[in-house]
Amino acid sequence: MSPVAAEVDELWSVVADPTRRRVLDVLLDRGEATATILAGELPVTRQAVAKHLAVLDRAGLVESTRRGREVRYAIRPQRLDAATRSMAQVAADWDARLSAIKRIAESVARAQATERQTQEAKR
Amino acid sequence: MVPPRIEREIVIDAPVEVVWSVVTEPEHISGWFSDSADLDLRPGGRAVLHWNDYGTVQGRVERVERPHFFSFRWAVDPGRDVDEGNSTLVEFSLRAEHDSTRLTVVETGFQGLAGADNEKQQHFDSHSRGWELELGELGEYVARRTPTPGDG
Repeated sequence: MSPVAAEVDELWSVVADPTRRRVLDVLLDRGEATATILAGELPVTRQAVAKHLAVLDRAGLVESTRRGREVRYAIRPQRLDAATRSMAQVAADWDARLSAIKRIAESVARAQATERQTQEAKR
Repeated sequence: MVPPRIEREIVIDAPVEVVWSVVTEPEHISGWFSDSADLDLRPGGRAVLHWNDYGTVQGRVERVERPHFFSFRWAVDPGRDVDEGNSTLVEFSLRAEHDSTRLTVVETGFQGLAGADNEKQQHFDSHSRGWELELGELGEYVARRTPTPGDG
């Protein structure tokens, strides 16, 4: 395996973890976040989030900046791009499609609920 | 390295039956997936997904268990018929949670694509590339949504 392939392989194993992907998702959504904020949005403890952030940091996927007593984490886009050109692209594509399914289904469900209310009001 | 498995999920504030129809009915599929779609919703049924900018991709329905499970294979390249060596498997699971639905999608089979590893990677890349048209390159996507004070 070439050094580049080995590196990609390692990045792969870093982003293959579902919790770490969710950490990356939240960071993508929020721009930046502290470990406490991340723990509030994910079903894991702050300690677990801190461990995942350390792994992501070592892989160069996130960077941290200290502001007073807070440490804020943000995605490093170029590095994430390299790590995820294959996998996260497919994952992101599915996320986009799932979001679209959600949008459509919820709009259909709302229309059906309105229709039911109208029917009941007529009775 | 060829990735073994992609799994994503979302919770939708709609009943399972509604989500099922959005996932499986061509008129809805063209709202979240391809620009137009044709689907014979039974095992072995033919699926045709067409993107105006990409071409037509053949698919084959695998399992249909209304309203909880739906799977299909799709070819990695436009214009080719589906077989095990040139397609990946997409599985949708729908689970009711109170009045909502948890929708999970799993895509597998990248490693089963015919050819050498680098060719599989190319297939993988090309497979994802077709679908990134609506989303743009991930780098742009990330850059757009991520402030990068250190880079500016």
